[in-house]
Amino acid sequence: MNGSLNLRAGANGARILGFGDYRPRRIVTNEEISRRVDTDDEWIRTRVGISERRFAGADESIVDMSVAAAGKALANSGVLAEDIDTVIVATCTAPAPIPGLAPEVAHRLSIGTPGAYDLNAACAGFCYGLSAAADAIRSGSSRYALVIGAERLTDWTDQDDRGTCIIFGDGAGAAVVAASDTPGIGPVVWGSDGEKSRAISVADRFSYMEMDGRSVYRWATTRLADSARRACELAGVDIGDIDAFVPHQANLRIVDSMVKTLKFKDDIAVARDIVTSGNTSSASIPLALTAMIERGEVKTGDTALLLGFGAGLTYAGQVIICP
Amino acid sequence: MATTEEIQSGLAEILEEVAGVLPADATPEKSFTEDLDVDSLSMVEIATAVEDKFGVAIPDDELANIRTVGDAASFIEKNQS
Repeated sequence: MNGSLNLRAGANGARILGFGDYRPRRIVTNEEISRRVDTDDEWIRTRVGISERRFAGADESIVDMSVAAAGKALANSGVLAEDIDTVIVATCTAPAPIPGLAPEVAHRLSIGTPGAYDLNAACAGFCYGLSAAADAIRSGSSRYALVIGAERLTDWTDQDDRGTCIIFGDGAGAAVVAASDTPGIGPVVWGSDGEKSRAISVADRFSYMEMDGRSVYRWATTRLADSARRACELAGVDIGDIDAFVPHQANLRIVDSMVKTLKFKDDIAVARDIVTSGNTSSASIPLALTAMIERGEVKTGDTALLLGFGAGLTYAGQVIICP
Repeated sequence: MATTEEIQSGLAEILEEVAGVLPADATPEKSFTEDLDVDSLSMVEIATAVEDKFGVAIPDDELANIRTVGDAASFIEKNQS
């Protein structure tokens, strides 16, 4: 043996062929929350920009929502379930650490025996997953991958804590990623800041989410712009030509601050799904994009800058071409 | 180095831009949250603007100690280089 192994021939690039989402049935308004804790609609709207969010019920588990969102993404993409060979579920709110949820999601979608795993990069999870899928396709490990972001944040939120209960919601979003001669997923710019690992955390399995909102807000509005610009540069797209900006939906004020800083073109489509979905962590980006596509705000061939960021702290951004 | 007057007027400008506070109201004894209705996230925006304008660094724990316009002015005065 001369110390060198064969590698698979990979694809030139990867591209997203379809998005799908699942929004839980129950809508929880600010008015409903203010009956439980000391807050009101105006306070919530001005502080975080949320009007309502969805709470998942007993029959809307992370797996259930993942299957629904992925089924819709498959239908939108025209790819058959049996062609999928990789399933990545990005989540940070799994009900238990073992087993991972991806194998069951794959089984329920009749995908067969794909490579399947969960990924926890919190609110940056979908962008991390997209990058992992694109890299697997480029290296030849995969041809068709499903990337899902799915969360039940309400399971880990103290509904009597007015600092957090107004923010978080549940839901799932998914994308079908395929090998392509014309790359439609740009290079990821990702990173982490573990010094702030306690800024958003759940202390242990008996605890609820705690968040230092001010520190996270400051980090998000001052540290991430360079990464967003770099993602555009690496993809070869002028930031002034980006058609849609889809950041993680953490707080409407973070979204607005980023839009101001990044100096996009005036008529860029900006995701503001948080207004009706709350913060759904890894699900927020595919949820927002699916809705933007359905409303016609984003068209086939448009470039979109995705930017995930959250607990860890972690962040990841990339430019995609929309299906 | 900005003078005390320049710091005061620069702070008033930032407060007006970020939080819509009238310059005449931005007097040293005013509390950001109690008197000027500046919420915690707007405080972060003010801190970022102060850092850019005066070339000072305001760590998160220091930010928590800045309660009045006067606190902010003296922090800038002490820490500007």
